[in-house]
Amino acid sequence: MTSLRGQVAIVGAADTEVGKVAHMSATQLCIDAAQRALRDAGIGKDDVDGLVTCNSMAEPHMYHAEAMAEYLQIFPKYCVSAGAGGGTTFAVLYQAASAIAHGICETVLISMADSLRSGLTREQAMVMQSSSGHPQYETPYGSTVPGYYALIAQAYMHEYGVTREQLASVAVTCREHASLHPGAQMRDPITVDDVIESRLIADPLRLLDCSLVSDGGAAIVLTSAERAKDFPHQPVYLLGAGEGHGHEHISQARSLTTSAARESGERAYAMAGLGPDDMDLVQVYDCFTPVVLIELEDLGFCAKGEGGAFVAEGHTRIGGRLPMNTHGGLLSHCHPGNPGSMFALTETVTQLRHAAGERQVAGAETALVHAQGGILSSHCSVILGRER
Amino acid sequence: MTSEPAKLQPVPTPESEAFWQACSEGRLLIQRCNACGHLQFYPRLLCTACASAEVAWHEASGSGRVKSFTIIRRAVSEAYAGDVPYVVALIELAEGPTMMSNVVGCEAEDVYIGMSVSVRFERRTQEISVPVFAAG
Repeated sequence: MTSLRGQVAIVGAADTEVGKVAHMSATQLCIDAAQRALRDAGIGKDDVDGLVTCNSMAEPHMYHAEAMAEYLQIFPKYCVSAGAGGGTTFAVLYQAASAIAHGICETVLISMADSLRSGLTREQAMVMQSSSGHPQYETPYGSTVPGYYALIAQAYMHEYGVTREQLASVAVTCREHASLHPGAQMRDPITVDDVIESRLIADPLRLLDCSLVSDGGAAIVLTSAERAKDFPHQPVYLLGAGEGHGHEHISQARSLTTSAARESGERAYAMAGLGPDDMDLVQVYDCFTPVVLIELEDLGFCAKGEGGAFVAEGHTRIGGRLPMNTHGGLLSHCHPGNPGSMFALTETVTQLRHAAGERQVAGAETALVHAQGGILSSHCSVILGRER
Repeated sequence: MTSEPAKLQPVPTPESEAFWQACSEGRLLIQRCNACGHLQFYPRLLCTACASAEVAWHEASGSGRVKSFTIIRRAVSEAYAGDVPYVVALIELAEGPTMMSNVVGCEAEDVYIGMSVSVRFERRTQEISVPVFAAG
């Protein structure tokens, strides 16, 4: 069996306006993201023969990708909507790559968007909050999504002695990076004290430990490595990818403090033939601050329990040993729900093209992008590079 | 008469009917595998350790300890707003399996990881009582 390594490249990437974008519907944001990515790749919609989207909460369609293809009036050979949380929407990247490598299609557009800030009705917002738990054995107890993650945070701090200040340093780092991104939703710098003094949501998590609620979309264009050279920008090659699935409901987790990021990371490193030390930057899924620390550890960037000190000491700042979430992440750039991790992908493309301006990681050649869905449940790691 | 907003209630399925029936009678059921002895929660068609279909109901002692917890400061919906601050916890039962629940009957701030708790049943409707836990 041949490996996917180096067979496919990202040749287009773009974000829509993000934050509060009340003048556009979720469908419009998805199409806008698509148009921008196609423009970036220098091609038109009729060049697309594979389409991937994820469903929108605000404007759902039974078969979302098909609905978007119809909207665009394109007639792809490969058409799929992903829809099971941040990690799995992202995993379609290498599933689409696999379709290209096997000759099923040549040019795949992945476009994802939602309007969680402006587009949700009260009922939709309520359903979103309460649908995360097991309907019989969890939701009756009245937890919120931050509450489920707080169970992880509390166990993690108890087991490893990670401090409140160390958690806060994650939010501070992301905000610092967002302040360098002209499109980010939250750009005003914050301090560790700001985080620690923000309103308690679910102990120990405070408002600034929680990611944003946003409107926005992002898209990429994927094609074979052979064809990639004919596109206007430096191709960004897919070098490795892997998934890991530990549970769906947090009460059934094998561990509250070690995630299936360990497996997804190992699988991605194995495909790429690379390890954590080869990464010039990392984008980790930062729906809540403690998740970042657990993922940095499980992906092998530091030992178990040392993530807090690693971030607090500044190693993950731009200019540090391992810059992370260089666009500001879900905590400060934007978080429109399931499409959230797509922005980590478009940012990584920008970084590997050496086009990130003020927030450019000098000489970035190779990067790892990690996403998760559910309650630290499903994980996907992708390794991208400038060279095949 | 004004009706209060309703909390989210479990809807029993053929798989869980006996569990919820027992709860309404004040008993906490888990499953025990007759082939390998494995104990599990929530109820399933098969044993998660050996895949045998020989799983049978087993009455749990109702004792456990708090494995992790949080204090909810912003309720999930209006129906829970009157309970704020309330404790959502993961309880490791003495028999081994973990379940989600509330810790009740004490100040939310007094709950800690490792705290010994035992089961109580909170009547929600005529048919449904949910297992919750209190110190002891």
